[in-house]
Amino acid sequence: MNFLSLFVGIPVVMMLGLLLAGNLKQIRAVMVAGATALLALAVMLTIMYLGERSAGNTAQMLFRADVLWFAPFNIHYAVGVDGISVVMLLLSAVIVFTGTFASWRMAMQQREYFMWFCLLATGVFGFFISIDLFTMFMFYEIALIPMYLLIGVWGSGRKEYAAMKLTLMLMGGSAFLLVGILGIYFHSAPAGGTYTMNLLEIAQYRIPMEAQRLFFPLTFIGFGVLGALFPFHTWSPDGHASAPTAVSMLHAGVLMKLGGYGCFRVAIYLMPEAAKELSWIFILLTGISVVYGAYSAIVQKDLKYINAYSSVSHCGLVLFAILMLNQTAMTGAVLQMLSHGLMTALFFALIGMIYSRTHTRLITEMGGLMRVIPFLGVGYVIAGLASLGLPGLSGFVAEMTVFVGAFEQADTFHRVMTILAATSIVITAVYILRVIGKLLYGSVVNPAHQQLKDATWDERLAVIGLMLAVAAVGLAPLWISDMISDSMVTVVEQLAK
Amino acid sequence: MIHMEYYLVVSTIMFFAGIFGFFYRRNLLAILISIELILNSVDINFAVFNRYLFPGQLEGFFFTLFAIGISAAETAVAIAIIINIYRNIRNIQVSKLDKMKH
Amino acid sequence: MESAVLIFVLPMLMFMLLGIGGKYMTHRTAGRLGTLGLTVITVLAYVTAYRYFGAGRSGGVWLPQTVFHLEWLRFTENLQIELGILLDPISVMMLVVITTVSLMVHIYSLGYMKGERGFQRYYAFLSLFTFSMLGLVVATNIFQMYIFWELVGVSSYLLIGFYYTKPAAIAASKKAFIVTRFADLGFLIGILLLSFYTQTFNFTELMSGNVCASASGATFLGGSVIAWALGLIFVGGAGKSAMFPLHIWLPDAMEGPTPVSALIHAATMVVAGVYLVARLFPLYIEAAPELLVGIAIVGAFTSLYAAVVACVQTDIKRVLAFSTISQIGFMMVALGVSGMGGHAGLGYVAGMFHLFTHAMFKALLFLCAGAIIHTIGSNEMSAMGGLRKYMPVTHITFLVACLAISGIPPFSGFFSKDEILTAAFLFSPWMGVLMSGIAGLTAFYMFRLYYNIFWGAEAKREHTPHEAPVSMTAPLLFLAFVTCFAGFIPFGNFVSSDGVEYTIHLDGKVALSSVGLACVAIGIAFRFYRQASVLPAKMATAFGGFYRAALHRFYIDNLYLFITKRIIFAGISQGIAWFDRHVIDGAMNLTATVTQKVAYCIRGLQSGQIQQYAFVFLIGTLLIVVWMVFL
Repeated sequence: MNFLSLFVGIPVVMMLGLLLAGNLKQIRAVMVAGATALLALAVMLTIMYLGERSAGNTAQMLFRADVLWFAPFNIHYAVGVDGISVVMLLLSAVIVFTGTFASWRMAMQQREYFMWFCLLATGVFGFFISIDLFTMFMFYEIALIPMYLLIGVWGSGRKEYAAMKLTLMLMGGSAFLLVGILGIYFHSAPAGGTYTMNLLEIAQYRIPMEAQRLFFPLTFIGFGVLGALFPFHTWSPDGHASAPTAVSMLHAGVLMKLGGYGCFRVAIYLMPEAAKELSWIFILLTGISVVYGAYSAIVQKDLKYINAYSSVSHCGLVLFAILMLNQTAMTGAVLQMLSHGLMTALFFALIGMIYSRTHTRLITEMGGLMRVIPFLGVGYVIAGLASLGLPGLSGFVAEMTVFVGAFEQADTFHRVMTILAATSIVITAVYILRVIGKLLYGSVVNPAHQQLKDATWDERLAVIGLMLAVAAVGLAPLWISDMISDSMVTVVEQLAK
Repeated sequence: MIHMEYYLVVSTIMFFAGIFGFFYRRNLLAILISIELILNSVDINFAVFNRYLFPGQLEGFFFTLFAIGISAAETAVAIAIIINIYRNIRNIQVSKLDKMKH
Repeated sequence: MESAVLIFVLPMLMFMLLGIGGKYMTHRTAGRLGTLGLTVITVLAYVTAYRYFGAGRSGGVWLPQTVFHLEWLRFTENLQIELGILLDPISVMMLVVITTVSLMVHIYSLGYMKGERGFQRYYAFLSLFTFSMLGLVVATNIFQMYIFWELVGVSSYLLIGFYYTKPAAIAASKKAFIVTRFADLGFLIGILLLSFYTQTFNFTELMSGNVCASASGATFLGGSVIAWALGLIFVGGAGKSAMFPLHIWLPDAMEGPTPVSALIHAATMVVAGVYLVARLFPLYIEAAPELLVGIAIVGAFTSLYAAVVACVQTDIKRVLAFSTISQIGFMMVALGVSGMGGHAGLGYVAGMFHLFTHAMFKALLFLCAGAIIHTIGSNEMSAMGGLRKYMPVTHITFLVACLAISGIPPFSGFFSKDEILTAAFLFSPWMGVLMSGIAGLTAFYMFRLYYNIFWGAEAKREHTPHEAPVSMTAPLLFLAFVTCFAGFIPFGNFVSSDGVEYTIHLDGKVALSSVGLACVAIGIAFRFYRQASVLPAKMATAFGGFYRAALHRFYIDNLYLFITKRIIFAGISQGIAWFDRHVIDGAMNLTATVTQKVAYCIRGLQSGQIQQYAFVFLIGTLLIVVWMVFL
């Protein structure tokens, strides 16, 4: 077993630890130890990866391991990482770490809560390290199921409805996905021989065009549902609004990225011809997502709804960039996943913290909070500025890379869609500033809010951790964008075939 | 000598009486009795076919004995269940047995 | 020259220090620290300027020098964002202007903002702004410029909204950010287009002349793509520089603290658009000369519009704001009418010169206004009057600035404005006459302001006004000093369109006529406002509708409000939100409901009644038997 498996192993060990933990203190100890270990592991992986690359290791996937676990269908537990997975793993580790602190004061059934949380983490990490389609799909499902319980049990508001809706829609998506994956599997050996589930092996062959035409949309929509592809995005506002803080963070921050990641790692990488032929349909849909989400966010009153729609818009941009099918735009897509993951997690963390104080999420019932809880207020402003693409924070880097990449497609259709998508940065500014103006500025609306206490140490830790990550990506983007861009070469070569 | 058909007519009447009872009675005990009727009609058939068609063999009688034994056990279990149901809902009408449904 | 890097880095460090550590400092420490930091930066900027111009020309021109650059983000092989420092005459000139005005504002704020809540935050934001603005002017490539362009936008947002409990300030900051952001969209698309066809962001490469050749084939709707790109880039510049119809944010931005208005909304940030056009000037000349005419027209119209509106405003900061818009219009006109090199390039020199002098005297005007507001506690003219007795220093410096902006010799404004008028006459007599007229209007509304504040009837006051403290009057005196003598700088020696030395000659006819016109305008203002008089009211009734329209800024703001509130928010956004909740989500819920309903219908088949199952079973069996036997 190589060390990548630790990403799956640590959360499992954490779950065992939680089983044995006797009281809240021990539960927290297990969580902090585990989350720190994961973060350390992700950082170490990044360093080792960069080390290997600079030492001249040009293999597509590093740290490979391959164990056969179901011979009849040739399913392997195959793992390996390239620059893109490393970035995603780093993102997940940061969010699991900060999410742990954001759920520090979870009021009930902490043990069960954290166990599901760890299971979710297992699925997420497993998904990003897998290079076997079936194993990938399995981890994908593992990540989805705990969401139902986490929202249904620990959520707020119409939690049962939201949990059911989210689960059913995502399961619907994964039904498409399963068909897509099986389709790929049964066309993975066009010249005869054994079928394979291994991504890299499938990429060696060319899946017949008729099959691609059929299975590309299925796979893309399957992953796209999770990436909030219009019109399959409506689970997102309800789901986010009802989910507990850390779950929203993990869901918007990482789980939605599974969609984007899957879209290019499976749909585009394995079926490039169909991607080129059919991309226009999805460009239309994602272009709509981008603008539509932004416009919807303007008139929402619930903080979480605003953020959920903003996520629809930003994740729409991820898929949009992937469909531009060139290196710059796709690099931008990964950067956007990273950036959106970090800043939306920051947003949801802050919203959770504000909600736990004011017991309302309606911006009409709050106001002037900057003076009362300055730390959370400043955090919210910074998250907002990152979201509207202020240079020096992560959003700018991602958006600019996307737009420069998208402009490389010189035909009118792509141009028009790109300009349309670019208008979203103005609309984003409108809704972000509207929230900041109503929520933080002005005078305190509710006299009871005068007595609110500012952030506690655990909340500060979560917020500062995420802010540092957002600023780090925004200030020194070169190494991270190079790392992604290098790994993108193989996808681009596949497209050029 | 009694013709085989007479036996078969009796057993057929018994069989369909059992089927009818099974479908139309709502009382669990009556249903149980109907099942007994069906089983007994089959027993008769076994015995009669053995006696008239294959006089040299004994499989039919054995089966009859088996069926009687099993139906006795089944009746015991069924009655136990029925008694328990009666204790719980003070009723043995099948239409009332829908507590687990909703 | 490497010291230039410090100019770049120091303000950022100051921002970090004051932003994070500010709450552990006293007001006094934070203020002094910020001011000290800026003093160092100013000295460095002067040293840089001295060294740059001291080194002399090479080959008859001032060569641009890239003294530092660092790769920040790589998009493709050719396209990468670098952060760097480009020194050339205009960027060095801007360095001097920004640091000088910023230093004055820092010192001034020590007195003006004394005791304000959030004093440290204020200084932190000032540092952030200074950093962004310096980064903007020394940009080596257009994308770096865009980065800092956004950053100045945010600093401006933060500073306008400094009094964040005041609803007007919140609204104004939001408006400023969103309007300029909208314009920046044009800028961004322009950059993307330009870089796609030229495969470079770098200014020096863009100017090298191969650009048009490389993209000559590409056209869109009859214009070359490069021209389209440059036009879109100008939209960005127009937004930042408050050109009509994107000017609406600037008057509202006066809700910020007055020193901020002086620094950002008079002297530095709002001229960024002018600077942008000047920076890309060779490209405009080469690729889209017809666009320059458009820029001149936009500038002239804006200038006229703002001057007319300024004549009727009663809030002194708004008058100054409209006057700023009008003066930036002058600069745009100057650039628009200019050609390349020699006498044809007069407009360029004049525009840059006016940028320089305007920064000084407009900052002075705002700081004076700050001193007045500080002691009166109101922005309205009606609360003032007769202040010359109480505030002698402010009075004299304000008068100097008024004379400068009206174009009275020997103050700096006379020289720069005169050259703009000469360049305008050179371009077309119509333009010259128009701009002269606007210059006359300028003199009128400035002296209207002056007489209303310092002369006229005294308003009833609870306590007598007093002169501002030294920390505030010192910057006033310094800026007044600069305003008096800056006009004699041989500006053409340093800045000209092609870098070749250009000696400015006064055009006697133009100078005489414009000074005459200004004097007449001042005379009218004297007659109207020197003492309380019925004449202004008579004029107002005589013009009636026109007067009311001007007072309401010709209803442009209302039009915007209508478009944003009624059409975009209430129409599009509400519509989309409704569509999402009811149609899209409704469709999802409908699927769920239909599934549930169907399930209810067919669940009768699975009733759990054994008897029913057995019956079905029996019927089935019988049917099969019938089928097997009879068919």
